[in-house]
Amino acid sequence: MTAPDEPHVHDHAHEHAHVPHPPARPDTDDTLTYYKAMEIAVRELLIEKGVISAEDVRRAIEAMDARSPAQGARVVARAWSDPAYKARLLADPNSAIKELGIEPGVYKLVVLENTAGVHNLVVCTLCSCYPRGVLGLPPDWYKSRAYRSRAVREPRVVLREFGTEIPDHVEVRVHDSTADMRYLVLPERPAGTEGLSESVLAELITRDSMIGVARVLAPG
Amino acid sequence: MSGTEPAPRFRPGDRVRVRFADPPGHIRTPWYIRGRAGVVERLCGAYGNPEELAYNRPGTPRQPLYRVRFRQSQIWPDYRGVPTDTVDIEIYQHWLEPGEAG
Repeated sequence: MTAPDEPHVHDHAHEHAHVPHPPARPDTDDTLTYYKAMEIAVRELLIEKGVISAEDVRRAIEAMDARSPAQGARVVARAWSDPAYKARLLADPNSAIKELGIEPGVYKLVVLENTAGVHNLVVCTLCSCYPRGVLGLPPDWYKSRAYRSRAVREPRVVLREFGTEIPDHVEVRVHDSTADMRYLVLPERPAGTEGLSESVLAELITRDSMIGVARVLAPG
Repeated sequence: MSGTEPAPRFRPGDRVRVRFADPPGHIRTPWYIRGRAGVVERLCGAYGNPEELAYNRPGTPRQPLYRVRFRQSQIWPDYRGVPTDTVDIEIYQHWLEPGEAG
């Protein structure tokens, strides 16, 4: 392909046009939907009018992406290691996570303790409410229509699909996150982890165990 | 004006029933729980009414918000689980009425 108006067309590019190659897969990030266009328009206007800066937007996205399940894992590991902390966490979750330097945000956190008799599972049937302050962004499946409808309709079947078998003598308690609360499951500490330090325990605690679709497993 | 914040009508342990209504707008009461009976688990505090907030109104007076516990087997007649399984849902006071004594 020739491009006479371009200042730098080196030979290499010309040769490339003759090399057969498979067709490129079309990009999937190019659909400009109504809401994407609206977001761009509002953002550009806000920047143009000096309400916020591009740097503010970038920093906010960076801060959002920096939150991860590692924060929730620290909270759970501390609760397992320190009974007094666990009591504070269950009584006033927002203050307790602040103790660990985690910013609770505007929502009120509710901590749900899994016990020998109750297994807790979190879903938002209306949209995708999620405790982002302690777990970061939700996984795609959490936002899917299938999970949102089935977790409340047939939770034991959904749990089984996640590899989590709940015996009949244990109550499955689903929490539909419909309004101003956000939910963090405090999973059961697995047997055989008695001697482990808080930081080693934190490594075992997965995102899924804090949503309630899985248990925490002992190492090995 | 914000109006007077309604006092909480219910306490933990009270039996309540979710109103069966189908108003238009931004409703945070899931369809599947409308008309169902449950027990108040806790009072969460008072929060701006989302049905107003969604339309850029102040959401006042704030509404007491509860967590209400329901038996799964009473929501889904063909529930494939254990009869003691439950679901806890946040419901604003204006969606609740006193339930039958149990």
